[in-house]
Amino acid sequence: MSSEENTNAIEVQPVDKAKVRHLLKVMWILAGVTVIEFIFAFTMDRSFVLVSIFVLLTIVKAFYIVSEFMHLGHEVKSLMYSIVLPMLFVVWLIIALIYEGSMLHTY
Amino acid sequence: MASTVATTIKNLWDGGVSPMKVSYGKLMMWFFLVSDAFTFSGLLVSYGMVRASHPAYEGATKDFVFSQEYWPIPEKVFDAFPFFHGHSWPLAFVGLMTFILILSSVTMVLAVEAGHRRDRKAVEKWMLWTIIGGLTFLGCQAWEWTHFIVGDGGGGASLTANQYGPIAFADFFFFITGFHGTHVFSGVVLNFIIYYRTVTGLYDRRGHYEMVEKVGLYWHFVDLVWVFVFTFFYLV
Repeated sequence: MSSEENTNAIEVQPVDKAKVRHLLKVMWILAGVTVIEFIFAFTMDRSFVLVSIFVLLTIVKAFYIVSEFMHLGHEVKSLMYSIVLPMLFVVWLIIALIYEGSMLHTY
Repeated sequence: MASTVATTIKNLWDGGVSPMKVSYGKLMMWFFLVSDAFTFSGLLVSYGMVRASHPAYEGATKDFVFSQEYWPIPEKVFDAFPFFHGHSWPLAFVGLMTFILILSSVTMVLAVEAGHRRDRKAVEKWMLWTIIGGLTFLGCQAWEWTHFIVGDGGGGASLTANQYGPIAFADFFFFITGFHGTHVFSGVVLNFIIYYRTVTGLYDRRGHYEMVEKVGLYWHFVDLVWVFVFTFFYLV
């Protein structure tokens, strides 16, 4: 089939209402988590617990963006792991450099 | 039956089958995003390291004053809002920027959904909203940079001076939000190209709207990076 024939064969399909509802639900989750972060920022004193809460909520938001908006949660497992597993290197980088940084301050 | 199975397996090695069941373009976009994620991680982690090497502010948040002696509390630095000069609304403006970027991510994903349905009019509409969202975010960032550079009469900040705290704080502000802003800008340019090609009917002639998906991946990544910048630069 040539591309010209393709043009004529195009048919607009109706809106997938369930899919749009699902996407809007994800939007409200992201907005809600951001609001919760604000509430924590203004009601809790700065501490290790607060930072941990922020990191946790950030990972929740990242999960929804990557899994739903970027559709990675619905791709094949091998693609998902090819993208997610290399990020473990970053986890190590964070642990190493924050620890080294605090040592620079001490000595 | 046996011969059918054999043919199928042979065909896997004959080309025409995408590894990981995604097209070449989408797979390469994913791997580019992995490398870009490492770049942003490098910037954010080095921010964490330099911050950890400076003394933190000890004392009540309400008594905080700017000093070169310790790392500033971000909510005390970013508390201004356009047209409300003199009011202290900590993080309100950056919260608005976060919401604008999340919204533009939603309109992008709706454009992708419309592309699956080959609904040209809907793709045009949602791409245009995404472009407007991106430009609004860039405008907000321009305002915030101006405010940060000019300051509130304390001299402001540059790469070599900083009224808010150690010079490194200003340097990281410029590099991290600047590098993210550059990504937003190139995202807007890419979105515009997609919009233009949709309007002129290229994707209808091609028979599919996969380019919307590929650029959509990039746009969501820009939103994703902002989620991390928001937490580690503004909240923590």
